[in-house]
Amino acid sequence: MSAKLELDNVTIQFGGLKAVGDLSFTINPGELIGLIGPNGAGKTTVFNLITGVYVPTAGRISFNGISLPGHKPHQITRIGISRTFQNIRLFPSLSVFDNVRSAFIMHLPHGIAHALVRGRAFHDEERELESDVLDLLDIFGLKDAQHTSCNALSYGDQRRLEIVRALATKPKLLLLDEPAAGMNPTEKEELMKLIRFIKGKFNIAIMLVEHDMKVVMGICERIVVLNYGEKIAEGTPQEVQKNPDVIAAYLGADHEVVGGAAA
Amino acid sequence: MTLTISYQLFLEQFVQQLLNGLFLGSIYALIALGYTMVYGVLRFINFAHGDVFMLGAFSGLYLNKWLAPMLTTLPWPASVALVLVLSMIICGALGIIIEFLAYRPLRDKPKLNVLITAIGVSLFIEYTCQLIFGATQQPFPVLIPKSNIAGIGGLTVTNVQVIVLVTAFALMLGLRFIVMGTRLGLAMRALSLNPTASSLMGVNNGVVISFTFGLGSALAAAGGILYASLYPSIEPFMGITPGLKAFVAAVLGGIGNIPGAALGGLIIGVVETLVAGYSQSLGVPSGYKEGVAFVILILILIFKPSGLLGKVEREKV
Amino acid sequence: MKYKAQIFLFIALAASLGVSLCAGNIDDYFLDILLNVGINVTLAVSLNLVNGHTGQFSLGHAGFMAVGAYGASIVTLQLGDHLLQIFGGGSIATALTFLIALLVGGGCAALSGWMVGMPSLRLKGDYLAIVTLGFNEIIRVVLTNTSGDGPFGGALGLKGIASYTNFFWVFGVAAVTIYVVSTMVNSTYGRGFLAVRDDEIAAEAMGVNTVRYKVIAFVLGAFFAGLAGGLYAHFRSTISPEGFNFLKSVDVVVMVILGGMGSTPGVIAAAILLTVLNEWLRDFEQYRMIVFALILIVMMIVRPQGLLPASLFQRKKKESA
Repeated sequence: MSAKLELDNVTIQFGGLKAVGDLSFTINPGELIGLIGPNGAGKTTVFNLITGVYVPTAGRISFNGISLPGHKPHQITRIGISRTFQNIRLFPSLSVFDNVRSAFIMHLPHGIAHALVRGRAFHDEERELESDVLDLLDIFGLKDAQHTSCNALSYGDQRRLEIVRALATKPKLLLLDEPAAGMNPTEKEELMKLIRFIKGKFNIAIMLVEHDMKVVMGICERIVVLNYGEKIAEGTPQEVQKNPDVIAAYLGADHEVVGGAAA
Repeated sequence: MTLTISYQLFLEQFVQQLLNGLFLGSIYALIALGYTMVYGVLRFINFAHGDVFMLGAFSGLYLNKWLAPMLTTLPWPASVALVLVLSMIICGALGIIIEFLAYRPLRDKPKLNVLITAIGVSLFIEYTCQLIFGATQQPFPVLIPKSNIAGIGGLTVTNVQVIVLVTAFALMLGLRFIVMGTRLGLAMRALSLNPTASSLMGVNNGVVISFTFGLGSALAAAGGILYASLYPSIEPFMGITPGLKAFVAAVLGGIGNIPGAALGGLIIGVVETLVAGYSQSLGVPSGYKEGVAFVILILILIFKPSGLLGKVEREKV
Repeated sequence: MKYKAQIFLFIALAASLGVSLCAGNIDDYFLDILLNVGINVTLAVSLNLVNGHTGQFSLGHAGFMAVGAYGASIVTLQLGDHLLQIFGGGSIATALTFLIALLVGGGCAALSGWMVGMPSLRLKGDYLAIVTLGFNEIIRVVLTNTSGDGPFGGALGLKGIASYTNFFWVFGVAAVTIYVVSTMVNSTYGRGFLAVRDDEIAAEAMGVNTVRYKVIAFVLGAFFAGLAGGLYAHFRSTISPEGFNFLKSVDVVVMVILGGMGSTPGVIAAAILLTVLNEWLRDFEQYRMIVFALILIVMMIVRPQGLLPASLFQRKKKESA
């Protein structure tokens, strides 16, 4: 089975405003795709459409052959699509460990009764789960911080923890919403390494919304460009960079995209 | 022939209930305005608002007692106006003090904390008043000499009811003028749309919030006096039920929306009176009218949570 | 230790039974306060599941308590004799009858918890508080307006309810409530409640069915409030709609806030403290609610996390682990 995401003529309207119009694109298994566009182009709305926060007014979205609209966000996560948020949304009162643990809830084979009875099976399961969480934290260098409150982490670590938490749901497609926002150049370098590492290690598809052109051009295999909710270009970074429509959308004049739009 | 008479009787009864509901509803509307204005600027439900309504009635009672020598020399419309205005000023000031002492320290805290504080303030006012005024019902003085106004057909309408309705509408129009026609009103609207931007544009948010509390509390006080003129028996817990119903009215009209609160108040008043009026003929105890507002609340929150005139607010993801 | 929770429950139940058997030696006034403490602990811990752990602010706990109290009382008043006969008399029969009555009361309360929970799922914060308060009021209004000679007894309520409640039942139920709430929350499954409280959108994105968690919290919270109501009815022998008004709900809310939302030990301590304080202030009844109101206001300004916040116990556990 191919875990392929397909958007087919997807449109969403809020009142009279068409936030996304007739958008079609595909994400193939294991692909690393960028979704870019000027502010307000509808990038986050696309993520919200895919993850079930919004229901499209028209068009089809399917993943792995399953039609997504009508599913609740938590069901879509179970289908295999996980995400991070533009403004970090960790669980502030939970520790680093518990933030990741909360993403394992959906993998629990047993429900509430199991937790109440507290038999041997429950303890075995909890222990196993604990080591899974710790393994994951270890891979991303957060194991030492497992007991700290997630608010106490540095900004870069919080972003990283959010990615780890999303990975803990064991997705086939990971959606990253502006992962480099607010990072300094060194952190951005590390982030690029991290994303490549995740793609290789977990063998999943990744789509990222990003404003930082250096990051997008540096790691994405393919890029979809939105403007006013419509797709204006799609192709490899080189193709997109040369596309006159893209240059016009970003700058309104004949400048080179990479240099100017990074700010 | 008999059919026409009973039909006429039915119509008369219905119109009578409708009118009674309108009188009561105009008071709910006055209280609801305070809820809606405070929600508009601070995004929280001022639980203690119903108690300011009660304080309004009590200040009317005591002002009438203390100022009796002077009031007797005045014609009754002047003395009513004096008592009303003084009570509104007293309660407006109390509203500002409550906001300053209890809510202002929590300005940047989670909304839940403010809600809990508001419940605390409400209980504090009620039980302190019980300590001061006693728990028993007290008769409210007759500010307006009562006389029946002969209506059309068999309708009974008293001058008190008419004065209540006219005063309530005059105050609502006054509020509309303040909100839409003055600089402070403009500041209130700006603050309710975006507190950060309004303070960057030179609006002193603290002053505007105080003003909003003062204005809402003054309207509640007027509501208290009008209510006590219709039902002349007051006690420290009298504000709870009308307060809750007025809150429902604010939600029904769309919380944060001023015309909505007025409309919601009138609807709640009318529906409640109709239920009370017709429950007997249906063989149901009229006491069920007390639950009507909450049933409306639950229905509106299920089917149209933004209220009749409100806008949908969407959480940004 | 692996079976710590079960051992706690077993010891608590055995101790309640033990104390109950020699309750004759306890001073009546003191026993009265103890039973009040136990009922309030049940109420506070169950409300804490909804308000503290799941972050859904309910102001209608007394409403669920009322449903439980009336449900259980109607069973013992209407069917009590039949049930006693079926079970053959004696103390075992009494215990079984009471157990059935309590469970019926709790079940009715759980059902009403589900009915309130479902439409309230979309609501947050203040709105939810008002809807639950409204539910509390509707229950009170409906009970008050029932016929005086019907099974609900109208505004005067029910009298002559058998005094089945004793130390064992009160503290047994309290122990079960504490066991259920803490084992549930302290598991991977239970992290879902806290996730819902912290950020519903993020919780959904992590595959947490937020609707199910909220409904479970409401239903379980209501169930235990219902049990507490049944215990209360068979402790006082008379109940009336006024006894379950909004102020009773506020009493429980004060316990949860004072103890610390989401902190079971804190909430238990606050329930004990406030019940005893209530007794002390009995002669100053008119000041009691003023004190409670000031507690709410001052706590929110000075120490909103409560006297014994949940974080205190988390850290301790980790150090010992």
